[in-house]
Amino acid sequence: MTAILLRSSGWLGLALLALVAALAGADRGFAVHMAIVALAAALLGVTTAVRGNYSHQPAAPADLSGQYYDEVIRWGVIATVFWGVVGLLMGVVIASQLAWPLANLNSEFTTFGRLRPLHTSAVIFAFGGNALIATSFYIVQRTCRARLFMPGLARFVFWGYQLFIVLAATGYVLGVTESREYAEPEWYVDIWLTIVWVAYLAVFVGTIAKRHEPHIYVANWFFLAFIITVAMLHLVNNLSLPVSWLGSKSYSAFSGVQDALVQWWYGHNAVGFFLTAGFLGMMYYFVPKQADRPVYSYRLSIVHFWSLIFLYIWAGPHHLHYTALPDWAQTLGMVFSVMLWMPSWGGMINGLMTLNGAWDRVRTDPIIRMMVAALAFYGMSTFEGPMMSIKSVNSLSHYTNWTIGHVHSGALGWNGMITFASLYYMAPRLWGRQRLYSLRLVNLHFWLATLGIVFYTASMWVAGITQGLMWREYGGDGYLVYAFVEVVAAMHPYYIIRVAGGLLYFSGALVMAWNIGMTIAGRLRDEAPMAGAAFDPGRDRPLAPFAPAGAAALPAE
Amino acid sequence: MASIYVRHKVIERRVTLLAVLAFITVAIGGIVEIAPLFWIESTVTRVEGVRPYTPLELAGRNIYVREGCYGCHSQMIRPFRDETERYGHYSLAAESMYDHPFQWGSERTGPDLARVGGRYSDEWHVQHLADPRAVVPQSIMPPYAFLADRDLKIADIAAHLTALRHVGVPYSDADIARAAADLAAQADPDADAGDLAKRYPKVLIRDFDGKPARLTEMDALVAYLQSLGSHVDFATASAQEAAR
Repeated sequence: MTAILLRSSGWLGLALLALVAALAGADRGFAVHMAIVALAAALLGVTTAVRGNYSHQPAAPADLSGQYYDEVIRWGVIATVFWGVVGLLMGVVIASQLAWPLANLNSEFTTFGRLRPLHTSAVIFAFGGNALIATSFYIVQRTCRARLFMPGLARFVFWGYQLFIVLAATGYVLGVTESREYAEPEWYVDIWLTIVWVAYLAVFVGTIAKRHEPHIYVANWFFLAFIITVAMLHLVNNLSLPVSWLGSKSYSAFSGVQDALVQWWYGHNAVGFFLTAGFLGMMYYFVPKQADRPVYSYRLSIVHFWSLIFLYIWAGPHHLHYTALPDWAQTLGMVFSVMLWMPSWGGMINGLMTLNGAWDRVRTDPIIRMMVAALAFYGMSTFEGPMMSIKSVNSLSHYTNWTIGHVHSGALGWNGMITFASLYYMAPRLWGRQRLYSLRLVNLHFWLATLGIVFYTASMWVAGITQGLMWREYGGDGYLVYAFVEVVAAMHPYYIIRVAGGLLYFSGALVMAWNIGMTIAGRLRDEAPMAGAAFDPGRDRPLAPFAPAGAAALPAE
Repeated sequence: MASIYVRHKVIERRVTLLAVLAFITVAIGGIVEIAPLFWIESTVTRVEGVRPYTPLELAGRNIYVREGCYGCHSQMIRPFRDETERYGHYSLAAESMYDHPFQWGSERTGPDLARVGGRYSDEWHVQHLADPRAVVPQSIMPPYAFLADRDLKIADIAAHLTALRHVGVPYSDADIARAAADLAAQADPDADAGDLAKRYPKVLIRDFDGKPARLTEMDALVAYLQSLGSHVDFATASAQEAAR
């Protein structure tokens, strides 16, 4: 009882402290953020007090060592679906703003400039991050055959991460930003994420340490490298000095050239480790499980793991070709980016070849089909990336929509599809259902998403190359042919096609939300099975009147 | 080769070893690529004319950051004929040496702004920011009319300069002591600007937003935009470049 009161009043004390900070805050953004923190802490304090066990007998500790700790993963699945829908919706909104500027709604809170980081962070960190946390907890328990280390800490990781997302998202709308792409949150949100991340590392490593399997499974190597590297990137890239301890504004510790390279060392490896290594961890577990086949090559996984994590880190300067960054750094970045093609394809080959002997499943199992599409898009964008990092190609592609198309073929194709497939795999198992609500809706989702990606990337490729060529077009008179705004106007049809692609992809995510919601509710859709016509040996013979006498006596061929 | 795969089993069985080796592997690239930029002197060749931002320009820059302008506008002109003809001399490393954080950007949904200073009138900027399509019919930029109606509120501008000095921007004691006064004086042609122009060469002292009585966020943002890329005199710098 004293323990409950202590904990509860501790939370309420924290809430009070945050409230004071909110009132003393130097700016509106900081005040709103502290109010959110106060609300979260108060909520925790009240829950602790209300749900505490006040009887004198301590509740008999149930023996849970024989079960995996899945509660936090169930929450993770729900959060992934929720933030996925939010993030994709924001994408459709800002795509519409570029096609029709009226969609900026003439309010400071809804301009493209403020909503763009909301979209990128919602899809990368809210959707992708929740998917990574949930799947890594799911996979590490099952591949270690051990219950999650410190479930209470795992709950803290999950809910602490949601607080990070809410603080980041509200910050963007209020204009609280460090302007570092994909690392926009201000200093205090960064500190909070650091605490959550260390807890995440502890839960993950702790579970591996208490494993009952002699070997650490390959998926866990990727998750471990992802957690460690993201911690390193986050800490270095966000080094900044707050103007006041009660205000949101801070100034980066670095400036100009150095700041740019630190940021893109971070930025490219947010792609390399958050969106690649972590998601390869998902791939290495769910693809073999769904296909019911072992991973294609153990040796390939060793080679491609070490080479991928070694080479990725060097690739950052390809975001700064032909800028004021020294040439040697640009060239180094380009060379390593091109080399990176090989380990990337090593991962794709290892995933695709896992389906050896089960290729027919691509036709019959929409979840496998999603995985294959994800790996195919991974292969395509990891070929396109090295190509775009070649300086002469980059001179055309940089600053254009081609980059946007490239990013989305990876994000929508690889990250989106492999996450959807993983959610579809986990949902029935986590809630103890015999199967998903509907496999046919998975099929519908697959086609909506694939069609959406085709619209999106094709329009952005054409838009980007058009842009690049128009900017550098010279007439016979030796003057530039196009004013900048003429190039902007030329983008209009492609921006509209992109909105259409985004809407298709977004509607696919809505279908998924419905499907997983119904699965959680325990419903089964009455539908014809997906696996083609069932085989009935009793009917696999010629009709009786036409059968020649004694046909059955003929030897089987 | 086979022995390497056999030996790899040692790593696979020890989580600490795996974690340490993975950390060493991912640390190398950053150490080799980024760390030298801090001590190789030629990374940022000193150029005459580059100076820290005035308090008003800094306030404008913070609004530029707050509104996410970097999402659509680059501030980095590449050394190509079409870019230097369209935007001006290619960007030098020294020109962003006091930029905490840098604003080079990654996308040109709108044009590069590295040398937008002095290209258009203040009036044009005010009109364009308030309603971009009133000035450029085909523009897709969001409207920022609210900047003109909002007073520039900064709790303690001197604290901003102090923080920047801590991370390496050479603001003098006088710059910091007079920060608040400088902030107001730059946008007020009637005020006594003191030695503002001496401490910040080429500073533009005038009312920027067409409302002399008020110091608005529009004043700050336009002051920042008008200062961009105009500090280095390339007529004198080019001879130095040719000699190399």
